[in-house]
Amino acid sequence: METLERILGQHPFFKDLGPDYLQLVTGCASNVRFEQDTFIFREGEEANQFYLIREGRVALQVFSPERGHITVETLGEGDILGWSWLIPPYNWHFDAKALDLTRAIALDGKCLRRKCEEDHHLGYEILKRFAHIIEQRLESTRLQLLDLYGVRS
Amino acid sequence: MASVLEVPSDTTFVSAGPMVPRPFVVKRFRKETDDTFTLELEPKEGRSRFVFGPGQFNMVYVYGVGEVPISISGSPSTPGLIHTTRAVGTVTKAMAKLKKGDIVGIRGPYGTTWPVKEARSHDVVIVAGGIGLPPLRGAIYEILSNRKDYGKVVLLYGVRTPADILFKDELEQWRARFDMEVFITVDRAVSEWRGNVGVVTTLISKAGFDPQNTIAMIVGPEVMMRFTALEFIKRSVKPDSIYLSMERNMKCGIGLCGHCQFGPMFVCKDGPVFRYTQIKDLLVKWEI
Ligand SMILES: Cc1cc2nc3c(=O)[nH]c(=O)nc-3n(C[C@H](O)[C@H](O)[C@H](O)COP(=O)(O)OP(=O)(O)OC[C@H]3O[C@@H](n4cnc5c(N)ncnc54)[C@H](O)[C@@H]3O)c2cc1C
Ligand code: FES
Repeated sequence: METLERILGQHPFFKDLGPDYLQLVTGCASNVRFEQDTFIFREGEEANQFYLIREGRVALQVFSPERGHITVETLGEGDILGWSWLIPPYNWHFDAKALDLTRAIALDGKCLRRKCEEDHHLGYEILKRFAHIIEQRLESTRLQLLDLYGVRS
Repeated sequence: MASVLEVPSDTTFVSAGPMVPRPFVVKRFRKETDDTFTLELEPKEGRSRFVFGPGQFNMVYVYGVGEVPISISGSPSTPGLIHTTRAVGTVTKAMAKLKKGDIVGIRGPYGTTWPVKEARSHDVVIVAGGIGLPPLRGAIYEILSNRKDYGKVVLLYGVRTPADILFKDELEQWRARFDMEVFITVDRAVSEWRGNVGVVTTLISKAGFDPQNTIAMIVGPEVMMRFTALEFIKRSVKPDSIYLSMERNMKCGIGLCGHCQFGPMFVCKDGPVFRYTQIKDLLVKWEI
């Protein structure tokens, strides 16, 4: 059976983190599973985890009274879900809904924050990796905002 | 780059002179989406086979209105001529009003082709954005008709909304094949949409190709093509294995008038299909 530490070690997000830190991070990790159409988290709730999606797809949604649930992005296998656990006041800004049966590894944000505070080198490593993901998402969002496929005016 | 330069030509047409449109009859008009339609054409006279390479385009003349470059969206190995067009302005809106039996003028086929021969024994990742799917359709047909010659074949397709997805039936058929992967994403979605949401570049990580042995073919708005090419390079695809199809305003279509000039090249003659390495510096020049 694959251990959590091995799975985390093989994920690009934790590439080159080093065995000691990997062990520390694994101490905050657990396997989770979400049935199709269930919410993984809801806007406004306390953000205490992030997820490494192993299988399935997740929609990040905002609810609008006029238009219902609007999906702003979907994430799938290999993607990282959630960074609000890292930024005060630690609340989710979107709803996350499993579009299919979704299996993931949940990382306990409180546990990881504590370890990062205790060891700033680990904190910097984690922050660098999230900065990369945030940069990618920002770039995608900017391209989405450009409405590239609209008729040129 | 043999195939990019190897341009098949319709000899019947060339003998009439390159600036003289040949009359074609509209055999079928099919509405694809709110603003996009497909015309199936047949020559009014002469042989019905229209010889072209995937990626080439025709100058389509709506009599009394004007002429526009439109890629050929059918299969090179089936008879007839197919164009899928989005109605955006004077000529394309006039094309959208054509009916069965109407006549249009055709000059072509012009331009370079997709490197379907060089791509043999490689993984092929095809990325289409919006109205970028029709120019790639001929290449998809060619590859599928010689499927065993290729490695993995993946189509990544990004559109604005689910209502803008072209060729839905065909996409379903391709998706159902065991030897082709199809990923679709939309920029914005209503709540009933259960597919992917996000820009097309986000699909590249899902495609699972061998970067050292991959040929990428990309068509879409220029910004989308630029970012898509960069994403492939980030994932170690060789820059000279990436091909893009460019658009510029055109008049003659045969390298005479200079309308489509793109740096030292003409899109009508040296393109529209270019290797990324041929044009990467021009893509970021504002004044071009
Ligand atoms: C090699 C080549 C292949 C092409 N293949 C296809 C194809 O297969 N299908 C297809 O639909 N188009 C294709 N095009 C684009 C097509 O030629 C243009 O949309 C057409 O020339 C517009 O002419 P018009 O007279 O209808 O619009 P115009 O009256 O010239 O323009 C009217 C308005 O439409 C906008 N506009 C013009 N072109 C575009 C565009 N491409 N996209 C969005 N807005 C635009 C203009 O900015 C303007 O606001 C291709 C272009 C090239 C160079
Ligand atoms: S359109 Fe005349 S040179 Fe290209």
